[in-house]
Amino acid sequence: MSAPRRRSSFSWLRIWAVLVKEFTQLRRDKLTYAMLLAVPLVQLLLFGYAINNDPKNLPTAVLVQENSAMSRSVLSAIARTGYFRIEHQARTPAELDRLVRDGEVQFAITIPGDFGRRVVRGDGAQVLIEADAADPSATGSALAALAQLPQEALKRELTGALARSPGSAPPFELVVHRRFNPENITAYNIVPGLLGVILSLTLVMMTALGVTREHERGTMESLLATPAQPIEVMIGKLAPYVAVGAVQAMVILGLGRLLFGVPMAGGWAGLALGLLLFIIGSLALGFLISTVARTQLQAMQMSFFYMLPSILLSGFMFPFRGMPEWAQAIGTVIPVTHFLRVVRGALLKGQTLAEMAPSILALAVFVCTVTALALARYRTTLD
Amino acid sequence: MSAAAIDVQGLNKSFGGRRVVKDVAIRVGEGRITGFLGPNGSGKTTTLRMLCGLLTPDSGGGTALGLDIIADAAEIKRQTGYMTQRFSLYEDLTVAENLMFAARVHELDRRSERVDAALEQLGLAERRAQLSGTLSGGWKQRLALAAATLHEPRLLLLDEPTAGVDPLARRTFWDEIHALAGRGLTVLVSTHYMDEAERCHDIAYIAYGELIARGTADEVIAQSQLHTWRGEGPGIDRLAREIAGKPGVEMVAPFGLALHISGTDPAALEAAIAPYRQPPLRWSPAEPTLEDVFIHLMAHARDNFQ
Repeated sequence: MSAPRRRSSFSWLRIWAVLVKEFTQLRRDKLTYAMLLAVPLVQLLLFGYAINNDPKNLPTAVLVQENSAMSRSVLSAIARTGYFRIEHQARTPAELDRLVRDGEVQFAITIPGDFGRRVVRGDGAQVLIEADAADPSATGSALAALAQLPQEALKRELTGALARSPGSAPPFELVVHRRFNPENITAYNIVPGLLGVILSLTLVMMTALGVTREHERGTMESLLATPAQPIEVMIGKLAPYVAVGAVQAMVILGLGRLLFGVPMAGGWAGLALGLLLFIIGSLALGFLISTVARTQLQAMQMSFFYMLPSILLSGFMFPFRGMPEWAQAIGTVIPVTHFLRVVRGALLKGQTLAEMAPSILALAVFVCTVTALALARYRTTLD
Repeated sequence: MSAAAIDVQGLNKSFGGRRVVKDVAIRVGEGRITGFLGPNGSGKTTTLRMLCGLLTPDSGGGTALGLDIIADAAEIKRQTGYMTQRFSLYEDLTVAENLMFAARVHELDRRSERVDAALEQLGLAERRAQLSGTLSGGWKQRLALAAATLHEPRLLLLDEPTAGVDPLARRTFWDEIHALAGRGLTVLVSTHYMDEAERCHDIAYIAYGELIARGTADEVIAQSQLHTWRGEGPGIDRLAREIAGKPGVEMVAPFGLALHISGTDPAALEAAIAPYRQPPLRWSPAEPTLEDVFIHLMAHARDNFQ
């Protein structure tokens, strides 16, 4: 028995109608269309090549207090692991310390003056490796690669009378100091990083949408017909969000302390200054986006396009030093990168304002450039 | 004519290679209400935007309120009220908040007082705490007018202010406009409604970006040199098509049970209707209406344009 013929309640033609309309609208929105193609392509190429969970060639400084065949062998063995790139020869312990604190190197290796003598005598020879362990993922595999090193490094030197019997203790000990985050607690690194990511996510998007909304709803036409100047509109629109950003920062830092026990080593002046610059920079970037985007949807897409590298190339998710040079160069342009250094420098290392100066300066340059661009692009007319 | 509140010449504006406004010259006398008419897409909005500094003309210029429309755009904005075609106040602010915003952005003194007075005057007092987005069309338009006039501008530019508003609200609105003009405010208002055009002191008619007629309503009608016959009688509406094809007839427009036949050549027109001048049909010479004139002007402008 066949069902009586009637208008079906489900129609393929109606689905087709909606589908065709949707595709047509998509094609009309050039920016969305471009984004749909560019996002996977750019992001895939960028992050596929840039991100490295097993970072090698990490910048390393050495302080060699005994220049001997043995110390040279130890250093070359360390370099041969592929994880360490010896870039600096420090002359004093103070210089070595500064290089680590400033974040110029990931590792600092000290070979003490009596190293060779103690090796020969079998008298507890030590090599000190200090790691900037603020980001545990940056140092983890490098330090793991050193485990077998004492056994192997001096094989060539320790022959004949000095040869060790198999199974005996290694000729020297590698002492590892994980600085700034000795317990390897990931949250210590992630929570300060989240501060940067959350702030830019909300602030960039909020302002980008806030200004685009005025265009989309037509209220911009009325606003432009008033005597309000571009700089007045910009300050008036952004100032409330500076407060929003400050509140967000306090909440994140407070909870970071309360729930995750994130250390707060100091550096408050630098942190406050960095925070202010970062908030203003993010807002100005949002404003700049809103001068390019015509709809809220486009503003959203552009904010998102900015967020991905901010998360992936800034050193938030993956060790900055572990990325190839070109990716580090891109990362350097992103304000989150510098803000992360300020936050981690303050909370984990207790850096002084002077030590943070390069990052603060970079943030200031970003703020000035983006604000100037945004003001230049903001139109007082509808042209 | 008294001193000109708006005096611009040779205004041109193109968007993406399409010339939207072509050599437009407008002169609006101080304290006059000038109706700005023309078909859709004729460049009315673009011209209004150029007058209040929202758009920069490609060429041409002139003065508004004695100030250069390009160099002194900022000062013109201070003394001009502009009401956009689409409701463009903040829908997520209340009526009073929108007015307060306008008061602050114009740096007015005694702001609460002025806002209260405006609310009172426009009958919006009871709705002061209502979100603007939830107002009906007529109220939105009143609010927009209040916001555009709060800073006591000397010039008021209205872009199709009564589109989609009921007749009663329209009449109230126009009473308000005349009251404002009575206090010396100059008004330039774009509209599609002929009854509104007739409420204006002067008319400027723009089509395809060109200003093609201006003056008082009577002057515009006289300038058109259009002659009209009005025909009445049973079944006359069915003759419209037949008569339209005759030489000398430029326009046939049914008005209810009557027919308006217009043309610029009176002799040819009379010849065209001659065969139908017998009972029960009654014919009488009539004064062309503004609408007749505008449809005639539009047809001619299109001929020139193509």
